[in-house]
Amino acid sequence: MQFLNLPIEFEPLSGHATPTYAACVNDGELRAFSEAAHAAGRRLVALWGSDERNREASLGFAVHFAFDLIEGLTCLTLPLPADAPTFPDLAPLFPGACRMQRAVMDMIGARPASGDRRPWLRHANWPADYHPLRHDTPDSRFPLDNEEYPFVRVEGDGVHEIAVGPIHAGIIEPGHFRFSVMGENVLRLEQRLGWKHKGIERRFADMGLGDGVRLAGRVSGDSTVAYAWAYSQAAEAIGGAAPPARADWLRALLLERERVANHLGDLGYMGNDVALSFGLMQFMRLKEDWVRLNAALFGHRFLMDRIVPGGVSVDIDDEGARAISDQCDAIERELRTLKGIYDEHAGLQDRFLTTGRITPQLAAQLGMIGLAGRASGQRWDLRVSHPCAPYDQLTPRIAVEHNGDVAARALVRFAEIKESLHLIRKILRETPAGDIRCDVRSEADKRGFGWIEGWRGDIFIALETGADGRIRRCHCHDPSWQNWPALEHAIIDNIVPDFPLINKSFNLSYAGPDL
Amino acid sequence: MFPMLRQILRTGIVSEPSPPADDALRAVRQRLSETMLKQLGRALVIRHVDAGSCNACELEIHALGNPYYNLEALGIKFAASPRHADMLLVTGPVARNMEVALKRAYDATPEPKLVVAVGDCGCTGGIFGEGYASCGRVSNVIPVDVSIPGCPPTPLQLMEGILAALVMEGTAGASPA
Repeated sequence: MQFLNLPIEFEPLSGHATPTYAACVNDGELRAFSEAAHAAGRRLVALWGSDERNREASLGFAVHFAFDLIEGLTCLTLPLPADAPTFPDLAPLFPGACRMQRAVMDMIGARPASGDRRPWLRHANWPADYHPLRHDTPDSRFPLDNEEYPFVRVEGDGVHEIAVGPIHAGIIEPGHFRFSVMGENVLRLEQRLGWKHKGIERRFADMGLGDGVRLAGRVSGDSTVAYAWAYSQAAEAIGGAAPPARADWLRALLLERERVANHLGDLGYMGNDVALSFGLMQFMRLKEDWVRLNAALFGHRFLMDRIVPGGVSVDIDDEGARAISDQCDAIERELRTLKGIYDEHAGLQDRFLTTGRITPQLAAQLGMIGLAGRASGQRWDLRVSHPCAPYDQLTPRIAVEHNGDVAARALVRFAEIKESLHLIRKILRETPAGDIRCDVRSEADKRGFGWIEGWRGDIFIALETGADGRIRRCHCHDPSWQNWPALEHAIIDNIVPDFPLINKSFNLSYAGPDL
Repeated sequence: MFPMLRQILRTGIVSEPSPPADDALRAVRQRLSETMLKQLGRALVIRHVDAGSCNACELEIHALGNPYYNLEALGIKFAASPRHADMLLVTGPVARNMEVALKRAYDATPEPKLVVAVGDCGCTGGIFGEGYASCGRVSNVIPVDVSIPGCPPTPLQLMEGILAALVMEGTAGASPA
């Protein structure tokens, strides 16, 4: 199988929910493929490293690159020598690659050939030559150190810096933002993340295939359903098991419920950030109603651990279906009222419109994805472009806006809630009867991939088993990797007090990419 | 304006009564003096610190502010600075990268201070455990008064725990420390 008119032979991988192809490439082939993919308007999904030395003495390390092509997902593996592992710098083509490459450097010790090589996940709390994902790295503790991170400085008359974080002035996750400002206007924002890095990928090693789903579901708690589904897809590909049809439909029900819950919360908080606490209270009330029904029907407010390899752990009866359907009607009515109020509220619109703007052109250049990408005209939605079951039958409509401002990101959320409510009703009507779970047995030395459109964007999981059938390597990729750098652009020329609003309108995960 | 007022009227007051304090959640004997508690009454200021959670605990802490739980009606509010806080509400296993920040927030909180560890991770390290990048449970880094387990704990469990930190040990029948 060949793609993009290049003579690189890909092997189709069986048992994947989305058509998936893999190839082993050299430096030149990787460069050629990246350039062709970029020229064709396709995108880099994820980039991660692995240690292959304990497989065979002749092997060193490997860096893997997953691309989204029209035909499906392609994974290119670049083997690297053990002594001087260096790989091509893809950041000039795909800016989102920059931080992923820095993370590979921290975790595995393979370096990008050029570009930014400052540490990313490592904060001077362990030495630069301690690479946690190498198999021969012992689990050690090192004395804490204060990191002198070389931020890019903006020089000039009247320019000063505002340093914020890691602990922020609200109930949010930790990160550091360094603003260079002139008066009220932001000239530059540089993010320093990685504060929540807790060694998840190392933790995966040697877990049983069935156990990993709990950890995957806790990479970013607000997207637990999407992570658990992506992980389960990968595990099912390894075990050669296909979940029963009913399980697929119930998974989609849970995923859409997660999407609605998060969108409701965000719309409230965006109102709050422009001093419309009415909006916060109303939307938080709706969100609470929503998650309470989750707890009543499925036993967990955020639906953690409800998707498992092989299927789902919860079923729904007629009475439950009726409760969900009634709730959809109620929420839709309320949403119409609240959207009317948001639309008509001059003070709110004044703060939303043109704030934190990313034009479609810039968004394409930055490789933005997911919800924030769609608000800037980027038509990426796996449910539409690579629909796995049951989305191939649900045929969701993609929500796209082109203004790329806070208002556009609010509109995409409104549109997506409406569409999700529609999908949920359709799922309730059309879910086939049958089993909800099948057995998944691990197989030795196999790879599997999972790829799911969560509420924030596409979540990707690459899973690999070792000779004993236990997890050898599991890489979890959050869409925030691609969109965090875009936030640095969104704030330029906006005033400092608008940053919380712009940040909230993106609502990116810190825990997800920090891993 | 009128659609907003109409919506507010139509919604009515949805706040629910708060749960009683759950004494079982106390990790250590209460360190607050009786005088202090009298002064504090039920007005409590909390500084939340996410030391490395998966962010699900944050979602539930956010929910405390919704009209159903209406935490502010109990005189409990969240502050932006630890210097204004009586209590630190800490989530997550403590990431090594957050260890210094958490200790600084603790040092910046005026005495007497309360620390509540939130979630299975805050109580035990949870699924993330201890390793090169994780210090595990919160009490491995700063002293903890009350631990609220759950993955994540529900808003009601959070309220029970927060109130448990406020209710003096003496009132539960035991002698004050």
